[in-house]
Amino acid sequence: MNRIVFLAPVIAFIALVGFFGIGLTKDPKELPSQLIDRPLPTFDLPGIAAAPGGGPGLASVTLKGEPALLNIFASWCAACPQEHPVLTRISAEGFPVYGIAWKDKPQDSRDWLTKWGNPYRATAADENGRTAIDLGVTGVPETFIVDKAGRVRFKQIGPISPEQWEATIKPLMAKLRAEA
Amino acid sequence: MYAEIGHFALILAWLTALAQAVLPMVGAVRGDTALMAFGRSAAQVQAILIIFAFGLLMACFGLADFSVELVAEHAALNQPLAYRLAATWGNHEGSMLLWVLILALFGAGIGRFGDNLPPSLQARVLSIQAMISVAFLAFSLFTSNPFSRLSPAPLDGAELNPLLQDPGLVFHPPLLYLGYVGFSVTFSFAVAALLEGRADAAWARWMRPWVLAAWIPLTCGIALGSFWAYYELGWGGWWFWDPVENASLMPWLLGTALLHSAIVTEKRQALAGWTILLAILAFSLSLIGTFLVRSGILTSVHAFAVDPERGVFILAMIIGSTGTALGLFAWRAPLLKSGALFSGVSREAGLTLNNLFLMAVTAVVFLGTFYPVIMEAVSPADKISVGPPYYNLVFVPLSVPLLLLVTVGPMLAWKRDGLGRVGAKLKWPLLATLALAAGLVALFGLAKTVAALGLALGFWLILGGALVLARRWQGAAGLSLRLVRTTPAAVFGMALAHAGLGVTVAGISTMSGFAESKILVMREGETAALATMKVTLDRVGEAQGPNYQAFQAHFTVREKSLFGADSVRNLDSERRFFPVSRNQTTEAGIGTSLLGNSYIAIGDQQNGPRGPGLVVRIYHHPLVGWIWFGGLMMAMGGAASLADRRFRIGAPLRAPARSAGPLLAPAE
Repeated sequence: MNRIVFLAPVIAFIALVGFFGIGLTKDPKELPSQLIDRPLPTFDLPGIAAAPGGGPGLASVTLKGEPALLNIFASWCAACPQEHPVLTRISAEGFPVYGIAWKDKPQDSRDWLTKWGNPYRATAADENGRTAIDLGVTGVPETFIVDKAGRVRFKQIGPISPEQWEATIKPLMAKLRAEA
Repeated sequence: MYAEIGHFALILAWLTALAQAVLPMVGAVRGDTALMAFGRSAAQVQAILIIFAFGLLMACFGLADFSVELVAEHAALNQPLAYRLAATWGNHEGSMLLWVLILALFGAGIGRFGDNLPPSLQARVLSIQAMISVAFLAFSLFTSNPFSRLSPAPLDGAELNPLLQDPGLVFHPPLLYLGYVGFSVTFSFAVAALLEGRADAAWARWMRPWVLAAWIPLTCGIALGSFWAYYELGWGGWWFWDPVENASLMPWLLGTALLHSAIVTEKRQALAGWTILLAILAFSLSLIGTFLVRSGILTSVHAFAVDPERGVFILAMIIGSTGTALGLFAWRAPLLKSGALFSGVSREAGLTLNNLFLMAVTAVVFLGTFYPVIMEAVSPADKISVGPPYYNLVFVPLSVPLLLLVTVGPMLAWKRDGLGRVGAKLKWPLLATLALAAGLVALFGLAKTVAALGLALGFWLILGGALVLARRWQGAAGLSLRLVRTTPAAVFGMALAHAGLGVTVAGISTMSGFAESKILVMREGETAALATMKVTLDRVGEAQGPNYQAFQAHFTVREKSLFGADSVRNLDSERRFFPVSRNQTTEAGIGTSLLGNSYIAIGDQQNGPRGPGLVVRIYHHPLVGWIWFGGLMMAMGGAASLADRRFRIGAPLRAPARSAGPLLAPAE
């Protein structure tokens, strides 16, 4: 009985080392999304209106029926212009790209799209950032890959690089298209 | 050239440590005095070699030798010399070297000042100390060599993170390391006691100064770190429950427990096994805390996965030291006979309760700190962090009974006491505290009950400190000067430390209940009012520092004083931009006084409703300085205790004679 008391610290320590050992194998920079394989949270946002092709607005149901990319951006975001040509290319290759302008004045978003060109099928304005909270957005740009059923399959934090598009995201889109 | 000589000195130190790890231990087992004596000289040689290596690395920083990779990454030419030198330990490799330096200094200290120890115990302690040294020197040499060269050498270096270019950094890490590494000595003492199968009053008395030697700088280091965060991070918080802070708090909590349990072992030969366990855990938490945080398993600043070699090395080191020690504990500690019995109401019982509470508090901090790691291992999809609400919920309820107990403990008699007798001693202090609590609640209103009770608790602790001295000094005929004169330094130390804790508690309670803040856009000439302050923005301007450009705002603060005339002072608040590293820092304008601080931080220029202005945050922080001053008082109490001559004379002669046979000798 007494022996067990003295062994307790060792046992607790072994368990702890086990956890640390598992922790060692993880990349602490990776931030998984809670939404993977779950339906996209429902939202119905107003559009940024007058932008060329800005469209009337965007609701989560719009993203059902066909695999699509949902890109969160902002006119004030420094990394967004860097990602912009990639999005333009994705759009030109025939994949639907939707945009949500996060915490941005619609006028600023419109000016930004006029300046750089508009890759989005529809662009919504999330001025107060409420929808972004539902989506678990940690910053801009971020991109969600949504499948036919409207479920989130992948989340990209930070800009999509051309290499990433070719190597991981494009094959994923092709796979999602092939899914029944 | 310096770098190569330094590297070479480090290799020699490693070889010395290898010899020191093996030979004295063999000597202790065989009873060979020559081999045991080798430990003492080896410890000194090792210390000299590492001092030399550290000095050479500092010289590389001082001379701005950018062909050394570490210097190129953390120093720049336009950086002031003091910060360039401080950059020596402001990075991973250099701070590892500081770690082994302090470790070697403590080792040399045991060799130099440990003459009153039995030779075999000293030899074992030095040998275990050297094993830790071998591991850390190997870590330094093989995975994080500070002397690596860079070719081609750049013309100028990247600079130290500007947040760290501050007098706080010059002293904060060395103080913390003194604490962390200091616990290596108590760890070595504990393991040596397990190996010798002897943990008696004399052993506890030998170890206790080393506990204090670690605890004092750790206390100062934590207080200084908290103060640094307060004035440098720019929003007036003084504790964030950040994993890095918790990593320093946990060894401190256990060190405090160890400090108290060692008293019981020293005075009454009881709790020996518990004291050993605490000594092992205090150092283990220093290790686990420092390295897991540093290695990025918790914070994502430096990824563990990026350098698996380092991570595996660290884990191996933790398994090697803590695992072995705990295994040894499980095997040998049951053989130590438990010591003298004591009743449920006694000084020993009070100290045991203190230990249980401190252990529980440490456990909840530990759980909060490492929960994310454990959670992620169990369910990889969940990435969580634990924040202040958790700590406020669990830390406060566990601390309050502990704090209440602090004043009661010293009033208890050793071995056996009665509740009635203790009650009689504490009747008036208790009534005074309750009256103060009721008065404060009435004064501040029910909404501030928690803060009022916290203040009363602080008063109770300060009173407890005074009471220790008052009771000690009271002779048969009132205050006795002879008793004042003969009071041991340790008693002053206890009184000061307990009162210091009270000062800290009063500061924390007032800050949590009465701190006020305001964010607004101000233009030149405008005045804002907050609490008892009136703040005027006089003018804004730019200034050039040695390696930064500053945007300054000058304020005049008028504060209503309790006594007569208002106080008027000028505060400057700055934002500094460091072009080399492209970083910004905030230098808040802080006006300090005994009763509280006024704290002004500035943000960006912004367009307010009345045109362009400057974002200004004004804080009123009542009694905030007490938080750190209390910490300083605790450290001074520790220092007074350390100065007690009892530690410098031999082991107590009376204690072993009084007990019937060796109480804590192995049972076999």
